Amino acid sequence: MTGLIILLVVVAVVVLFVISMYNSLIQLRNRVKNAWSQIDVQLKRRHDLIPNLLETVKGYMKHEREIMENITKYRSQAIDASTVGEKAQAEGLLSGALGQLRVQVENYPDLKANQNFLALQEELTSTENKISYARQSYNDQVLFYNNKIQMFPSNIIAGMFKFLQEEFFQVEDEKERAVPKVSF
Amino acid sequence: MWELIEANKRKSLILFFSLGLTLLLLGYFFGSAYYPDGGGFIGIFFALVIWGILSLISYFSGSKILLAVSGAKEVTKEVHPQLFNVVEEMKISAGLPAMPKVYIINEAAPNAFATGIKPENSAVAVTAGLLARLNRDELQGVVAHEVSHIVNRDVMFMTFAGIMLGSIVLISEVFLRSLWFGGGRYSSKSSKSSGQGQMIVMIVAIVFAILAPILAQLLYFAISRKREYLADASAVRYTRYPEGLASALEKIANSTEELKTANKVTAPMYIANPLKQKGQKLTDLTSTHPPISERIRILREMSGGANYVNYQNAFNKIKRSNSQIIPSSGLADQTSIGLKEATVIPSSLGLNKQMKRDTGDIMMKVNQYAFIQCTCGLKIKIPPDYKKSELFCPRCGRKHSILN
Repeated sequence: MTGLIILLVVVAVVVLFVISMYNSLIQLRNRVKNAWSQIDVQLKRRHDLIPNLLETVKGYMKHEREIMENITKYRSQAIDASTVGEKAQAEGLLSGALGQLRVQVENYPDLKANQNFLALQEELTSTENKISYARQSYNDQVLFYNNKIQMFPSNIIAGMFKFLQEEFFQVEDEKERAVPKVSF
Repeated sequence: MWELIEANKRKSLILFFSLGLTLLLLGYFFGSAYYPDGGGFIGIFFALVIWGILSLISYFSGSKILLAVSGAKEVTKEVHPQLFNVVEEMKISAGLPAMPKVYIINEAAPNAFATGIKPENSAVAVTAGLLARLNRDELQGVVAHEVSHIVNRDVMFMTFAGIMLGSIVLISEVFLRSLWFGGGRYSSKSSKSSGQGQMIVMIVAIVFAILAPILAQLLYFAISRKREYLADASAVRYTRYPEGLASALEKIANSTEELKTANKVTAPMYIANPLKQKGQKLTDLTSTHPPISERIRILREMSGGANYVNYQNAFNKIKRSNSQIIPSSGLADQTSIGLKEATVIPSSLGLNKQMKRDTGDIMMKVNQYAFIQCTCGLKIKIPPDYKKSELFCPRCGRKHSILN
């Protein structure tokens, strides 16, 4: 009789433990998803801004065909990308191309005075800042979640219920830094 | 980050209770000074009532009062897209639960403040002069500083500590004035045996009435200064660009205008002390803000990263002291946060004339003026109450039609 009670208690404790572990994993995964949606909103916003930007710039910049083609190409790559890693890579290339465009703008004083262009540039700069700030918090959440999945004892539950590791959103630093600095 | 806020809250509570105790003692002594038998508790009761009323007012409409007193106007994104974008960037970076409301103050002096007891319901206000002077990175630094005040719960704390301070000052003042006019009546009534004791209580009460407001103010100012450093450190963490805030502070310090709508009570809310000091001697103790030059030096000394540790190191180097300005939990976060590069947006040169014109334009936009760019180069400003459907350019005489 006592043996049975002890057994029941042990089973109850184990079940409770599994439940709480499972719930905390779900919570963490949702946080990662939420953080990702923050980035995704901004990435979409950037994709929407680009056609407008190219349209405005086209009339002024006759000699930068290559840069503009690259921007169009990387934009559609970024839209088509499905995994976080692919997206990060395409977005990195897109940032690089946009950076090159920004540098070339210096050669077109008329463009620099265009109100429409200035407004678009402000929006684009802000969107890029938002992406980089949102990326920081996304990566923090992913690190926390992945640690939980790998560490004992939560790794057992994660394995049982197929919690998979999430990918970091890493833009290659070299690409970002490749934007040449403008000196006046 | 949450631990940081917790540590902050704990320290605030200690200060809060010492201010509260001062308030209660004040009430007790004043009560006893008038009615030796049990008057102390009546005094405490009155002190609590005054404090309670002031707190309720400030809790429910403190932000509104502050914004109204400073003449701030809520604006939409169309008025100043860049300001809106920068606030939203900082909202994301700081992880605020909701977008703060954005206000512009019709003033030429550059300054800014944040309000809102809860982060869900906060506001950031900047002056038109600030917007005209600063470039994007600098504006971002200032907004980040203000958002840190909201995140670190400084607004909540400074509001309530300010109320406590206000009550102490108010009660002391009332007591001292009442002595002037008719205090003697009660002491002559009391029996001779307790006369001497009564005299002592009276003296203690008077001394207390003179000292308490001064001590409370010094305490309040000391805490306010410490919080400014912390907000600077958080601002760097959010923007990852210390130079932005540093050069913004430099521009603010170099301006000669004085903010007309600020006063002693609202001063701690601003990014830089809005009241220019007349005598500089006592400023270290009685200033709500640390010296601006020191804040700039610390920011420029930062290297290697944008985390709290980097700020603390720079602080110790500049101040040549080991005092800890960041709560330990903030320093425990060892992740290195890389510094950002400057935004490559060409900034207009800080020409005085252009700056004044920009300030005027922003103010007019806030007040719903419409603008028409004439082909002759003149920018025509139309007041919101202009009723006619067309107007002529004052320079070249071209006709323009107005849509609405």
